[in-house]
Amino acid sequence: MSNQHRNAPAPDLSLRVKALEAILVEKGLLDPQTLDLLIDAYENKVGPRNGARVVARAWVDPAYKDRLLSDATAAIAELGYGGLEGAYMRVVENTPTVHNLVVCTLCSCYPWPVLGLPPVWYKSAPYRSRAVSDPRGVLREFGLELGPEVEIRVWDSSAEQRYMVLPERPGGTAHLSEEQLAALVTRDSMIGVAKVKAPATR
Amino acid sequence: MSQNPKLEDVPGVRRLGGEAVFQSPWEARSFAMALSLAGEGRYGWEEFRARLIAEINRQGQAEARQAYYESWLKAFERLLADKGLLSPGELESKVAELAAAAPPRGAHGHGGNS
Repeated sequence: MSNQHRNAPAPDLSLRVKALEAILVEKGLLDPQTLDLLIDAYENKVGPRNGARVVARAWVDPAYKDRLLSDATAAIAELGYGGLEGAYMRVVENTPTVHNLVVCTLCSCYPWPVLGLPPVWYKSAPYRSRAVSDPRGVLREFGLELGPEVEIRVWDSSAEQRYMVLPERPGGTAHLSEEQLAALVTRDSMIGVAKVKAPATR
Repeated sequence: MSQNPKLEDVPGVRRLGGEAVFQSPWEARSFAMALSLAGEGRYGWEEFRARLIAEINRQGQAEARQAYYESWLKAFERLLADKGLLSPGELESKVAELAAAAPPRGAHGHGGNS
């Protein structure tokens, strides 16, 4: 499922979008430089490295973790992250017996300030429906096999609530700095389709 | 499908978290236009989201392959029309105008197909 977005070529809507932009600029509704800044922000600045820092902080600082689990929006803001699509955050914690998975069944609600924009597969119809109806199967397709003793909780995002998963800290990482821990945390682990792997042993 | 082990190293490809944020420039422009006008207060972000949800539902299961940003663009166009910011036929006229002004593609093409 994860790499199927290239099955059919998307239509080239370049001309249509250029035309629309031209109209809106002519009407004074749009500044092309604003567009450039927005695109730059979401291509280069706002992304899962933010969430990874939140996760690493929670792993090393139990008091921060408590704050993160009780008021995620405020705790995330402590690290300087917030804004559009991140106003109502909740962080859900993975444990050895509970695994969390995040979806938006209706569209693509996703916590932009900590994860950036969602991947194509997250927005796809198969993921949006199967995450709820067959989460174990979805995880299996992502290469994550969970034992029957693990409860899977699926969180359906909406305008009113955004979710981020706090993945389990892998074993063998006690010696790592917070920055090194953050480098281990993947976008997929914060959506819930993967776990964080310890660095490969030599 | 080949795997690129170090996607961050590929020059000119904008990636965060290992894959392209936008598949093509028109997606990026559509994204930014919708945000920008909401930021200007032309409509509420939730108004846009409601139309996005409607477009995604409109395509149905058979057309599940419709690219996400096609739905996004349609939602944006509909919202602009509803807000009186885009008149009927205005976009089509502009598309025709730009198409007429653009140099012919392929006539002196690079590809060598004849």
